[in-house]
Amino acid sequence: MAKIDVSVETDDQPSPPPSHPNTCPSCHSHYRDDELEESLWVCGQCGHHFPMRARARIASLADPGSFAEEATDLHSEDPLGFFDLRPYTERLVEAEMKTGLADAMVIGRAAIEGRQCELAVMDFAFMGGSMGSVVGEKFSRACDSAAETGMPLVTVTGSGGARMQEGILALMQLPKTIAAVEDLRDSGQTLLCVMTHPTTGGVLASFATLGDVLLAEPNALMSFAGPRVVQEITREKLPDDFGRAEQNLRYGHIDAIVPRPELRPTLARLLRLFDAPD
Amino acid sequence: MPPTEHELRLRERLGRLRNLPLLGGARLSGDLDRLQRQIDRIGEEATDEEIWRKVELARHDERPYTLDYVERLLTDWFELHGDRALGDDGAMIAGLGKLDDRTIVLIGQQKGRDIHERAGRRFGMPNPEGYRKAIHAMELAERHGFPIVTLVDTPGAYPGVIAEQHGQGAAIAASQATMARLTVPTVACVIGEGGSGGAIAIALADRVLMQENAIYSVISPEGCAAILWRDAGEAKKAAAAFRPDAIHCLELGVIDEVVPEPVGGAHIDHDMAARLLGEALRNALSELEGIPGDDLRRRRRARFRSLGVFA
Repeated sequence: MAKIDVSVETDDQPSPPPSHPNTCPSCHSHYRDDELEESLWVCGQCGHHFPMRARARIASLADPGSFAEEATDLHSEDPLGFFDLRPYTERLVEAEMKTGLADAMVIGRAAIEGRQCELAVMDFAFMGGSMGSVVGEKFSRACDSAAETGMPLVTVTGSGGARMQEGILALMQLPKTIAAVEDLRDSGQTLLCVMTHPTTGGVLASFATLGDVLLAEPNALMSFAGPRVVQEITREKLPDDFGRAEQNLRYGHIDAIVPRPELRPTLARLLRLFDAPD
Repeated sequence: MPPTEHELRLRERLGRLRNLPLLGGARLSGDLDRLQRQIDRIGEEATDEEIWRKVELARHDERPYTLDYVERLLTDWFELHGDRALGDDGAMIAGLGKLDDRTIVLIGQQKGRDIHERAGRRFGMPNPEGYRKAIHAMELAERHGFPIVTLVDTPGAYPGVIAEQHGQGAAIAASQATMARLTVPTVACVIGEGGSGGAIAIALADRVLMQENAIYSVISPEGCAAILWRDAGEAKKAAAAFRPDAIHCLELGVIDEVVPEPVGGAHIDHDMAARLLGEALRNALSELEGIPGDDLRRRRRARFRSLGVFA
């Protein structure tokens, strides 16, 4: 039987609405920059959590003026001379210009509702929050800083995984950050992890899931393999909430899902429970 | 031009290889020459073809797998099954055996030989149950003071819906964290494919070895090509860009030693490949013997914490 190709008869279909960073992908509400900033980048209509930049995250969590950044001078090198469609060094410069950050993680000391802690916050806007040598080193130093000063470490993750352009050394950041967490634990200190959309691959398979308490933002994707890879390899039908925070909560992998406006008071409560210094 | 620090490090490592008693034989000294040539070539660029050849050898159908080495190296082998919670993962092997007269725990991924076994073992791609089986075996070793040998041979952790529901990422993290806490000697050897998180999950060891034709990488060449070149067919280019070969890993300090293989590759002579691997494992275990557990753990963590290149 001859097959009739009907796929060309789509001329009358409306084109999808143009996506804009300030348009909610879930309910299409649109916001001005100042409205989003005011709402902590949460959609007032449907509760969708827009991506949040590292500096904005720190400002939303830390007491005003309390944040003292550390290890600001660390920059990625290009150990492989990596060149795909463009050189890695070019991608780094572009990411730095775009984000104003030296790499995908910001660390430093802060206070949350008067309780001292060390913060290690990732920024997905810098090369997909990928973990290379600098992210590994900064997280590792944050662990040491927390251990030395006797305060908990709070980490906020958002990452596509290991940074391919650093090759095997990127993979080595998994054991590196894990060894640092174990040193932190031996010092008796606490690790609190907040996973935001998306926390996948090498970051999920290292420090992000090793916290004493694991929190996630609503609907955050938290899977080791991405949905596309799973679909392609297994040809399985993926559940609607595949790898999402809600599924992870249901299967017992995290302690709580915390909407962004409640994150600061929740972390403050945990810091009090773990006796973080005033 | 004076030798770079990195060249000096390689020479020192080559020197250590030379001292292996087994490397005295005529055939083996041939292997050593080959290794020397490989190391001499580091200054030059390895060609895309040469690197791709390693990828093919690492994935060769007849390459010896974990159980082939168990059969040839260990006596009184007793396989442990199950993670004590959910199931028994055929992609991950764990068991007790005697290496000479010492009891060790051996852990390693296992690909299948024929198509049925391959499907049953998911081509050596473990589920979380596999990593939890490994953790169970590591904890057993720690309780009894048995050294641990891990053999890494996996394309990666299994990317499945149920694997994610059972906590694949957390299982891989927990397995590494367990290794970071051990006070017994641990030796890992990449014997085929060292694929990403699925591989490092059992490779946070005191000594990390790699067979001459094994590969160790953050992502498969095909995966990297699909993401960066938007074409999985560019795998050869991707492999050439991130260089998953043993010499490159040695150069970066990711591994401690390259384990020689029979001429042409491990698949040509399983017995010889096992003898060479056995020698390297015995040697590494002897080096670690007698070091107090706390020191082992401290050095192990310090070693992994030192990896990375930044300014």
